[in-house]
Amino acid sequence: MIDTLKQPKTSSAPERSGTIPNGSDEDRVKLALAAFARGDSVGFPSSLRAIRDSARIQAAKVGFPTTRQEEWKFTNMAPILQLPLHPAEKGSAKLAPQDIARFTFGLNCYRLVFVDGHFCADLCSLPDDGNDLQLGNLTGQLKANSQEVEKHLGRHAESGANFFTALNTAFFQDGAFVSIAAGKTADKPVHLLFIGASEQPGATVLPRSLIVAHRGGSVKVIESYVSLADAARVTNAVTELVLGPEAQVEHCKLQQESERAFHVATIQAVQAKDSRWTSHSIATGARLARNQIQTLFDAEGAKAILNGLYLGHAEQLIDHHTVVDHARPRCESHEFYHGILADRAHGVFNGKIFVRQDAQKTNAKQTNRNLLLSDSAVIDTKPQLEIFADDVKCTHGAAIGQLSDEAIFYLRARGIGVEHARRMLIQAFASDVVERIGIEPVRAELEQMLVERFEPAKD
Amino acid sequence: MLDIRNLCAGVNGTPILKDLNLQVKAGEVHAIMGPNGSGKSTLAQVLAGRSDYEVTGGAVVFNGADLLEMKPEDRARAGIFLAFQYPVEIPGVNSTSFLKAALNECRKARGEEELDAMEFLALVKNKTKLLELDQSLLSRSVNEGFSGGEKKRNEIFQMAVLEPKLAILDETDSGLDIDALRVVAGGVNKLRRPDNATLVITHYQRLLNYIVPDVVHVLVHGRIVKSGGKELAMELEERGYDWILETVGSNGKP
Repeated sequence: MIDTLKQPKTSSAPERSGTIPNGSDEDRVKLALAAFARGDSVGFPSSLRAIRDSARIQAAKVGFPTTRQEEWKFTNMAPILQLPLHPAEKGSAKLAPQDIARFTFGLNCYRLVFVDGHFCADLCSLPDDGNDLQLGNLTGQLKANSQEVEKHLGRHAESGANFFTALNTAFFQDGAFVSIAAGKTADKPVHLLFIGASEQPGATVLPRSLIVAHRGGSVKVIESYVSLADAARVTNAVTELVLGPEAQVEHCKLQQESERAFHVATIQAVQAKDSRWTSHSIATGARLARNQIQTLFDAEGAKAILNGLYLGHAEQLIDHHTVVDHARPRCESHEFYHGILADRAHGVFNGKIFVRQDAQKTNAKQTNRNLLLSDSAVIDTKPQLEIFADDVKCTHGAAIGQLSDEAIFYLRARGIGVEHARRMLIQAFASDVVERIGIEPVRAELEQMLVERFEPAKD
Repeated sequence: MLDIRNLCAGVNGTPILKDLNLQVKAGEVHAIMGPNGSGKSTLAQVLAGRSDYEVTGGAVVFNGADLLEMKPEDRARAGIFLAFQYPVEIPGVNSTSFLKAALNECRKARGEEELDAMEFLALVKNKTKLLELDQSLLSRSVNEGFSGGEKKRNEIFQMAVLEPKLAILDETDSGLDIDALRVVAGGVNKLRRPDNATLVITHYQRLLNYIVPDVVHVLVHGRIVKSGGKELAMELEERGYDWILETVGSNGKP
């Protein structure tokens, strides 16, 4: 097993007792960082130690984001600091396969399961031989596969600008490792299932995943975040994806956490020549969710497709910040984000596209469409294109609208009731994104989720 | 079947229909003709229940029920069908599931059992033949990317599936070439029964060569100013609307 450099603490610190820490936000951040430092129980190789140490310093330097910063203008993260933040402990209750069955899509796949960030080997299903597809928890793979993990882990997701990314890098304890060998196609999709079970307010998990596709390798990965308990937990995840030349990765992130939870995630891809990355981000859960989804085209001919769907109701805030960095010529990116916001929900979409000076023949397309179902729902949408090359094709569009009265009347004039007609149109709008998912059982289950989500409340 | 008495309706405070009277019996085909802006489409939309139009007076009784008190979906379920002049494209809503939902709502209202998927497909297959409709259109989103002719044909196809008591065809002939016109009219004729009725709204007499009306009404300035047999349509075709406009004057009153 992994050596432990520090003993896991046995006594409860005051800030863990569930009381809200006093003092300024700055003090609270310090308290939280100290709690994570105490919980840092895994022995990491020295190269990673250095990365973690530097990330810890970065986190303190960058500081907790405020709405005065452009990147966080619409997304107030301060409520997180009202929680007694501490690393989520391993629960005593053991989950059985039937406890997690509803999160598995009935999908024939390989699966890694983490409960409150802790790896649950007995709930996993792994390939018989790990030759083509290597799969396991990160700390285990740091031993078994140290060269490959160390080569990439912490080297792509930047800690310099984002407090949460830095926090994860500095203090993550475990997560998933997926690697597909050169020229191989995974025979089944891989499901990374992160379950929140803790009922402790402020219990925080920092899942860290690394997905590597070697030259010409192909794999589909589902990364899902769900809750068993309805608590004000915090997830702060970072996933790094490394796509070798001609590699193909379909990555489907599903965020369906409890609506009291807080969810922050960074996904950073790095793409080599002629690689193809398809990203889906489906966000329906959490009280406050921030997704940072970014790719860097590191060689010519790479292509990224970023699809997204966010459904907000009640007081939810769901934020997507995407960055596509066209650093090399002849790359292609297509972004397609839809949002549906009801009640007093707030959506944020910020789509940044960089086209660097020598990135000629860039083709970048971005669309963000939003459906507001109530007068109090809010969307802040902002395309942000920074183009330094001259021979490029870049288009972007953002739309905000209500359901079409014409379409509703047409459906009603055929005998379909007004509520049913509205539901049909909302589902159609959402399906536009969901139908792009290439893993059939996941797509089917999401379609069903859409039906239920917009079903009228039954007494 | 349909009894319209002194119907007044308008949009944004501008009156369009002024004391319109019209009675349609089961088994009959009525044509409503009139120049542009006379209120033909307003009449169709008001009968279907479009809320953009404000009914300011009069009554409409449909098979004994007060039509104006009914929601659009309830009118459809009671047997009113509007073939839209401009059928709406609805991306993402599958044609087949839409029509199945619509039919089952209408069947429920009629006290009939809902059709399951197999029964529905058999019915659809049968009806697509009637309209010479390419069945592959039904796997697409409602009207999305359909040509003008396909949209109009799809309207009559929906009518064939839903089997309404009163069909209102709003300028179904506009934008159709002569072959499509023949197919659409043929479909309408095959659907005629002693217990249903059709209201054909058109600007041109052309369609009435194929769908032969029992009564022709001329609508001018929101009023029916003249009614007659099918020969009235021929006369309008020959002489235009001007002679009628002259006889009724600018306010529509004879």
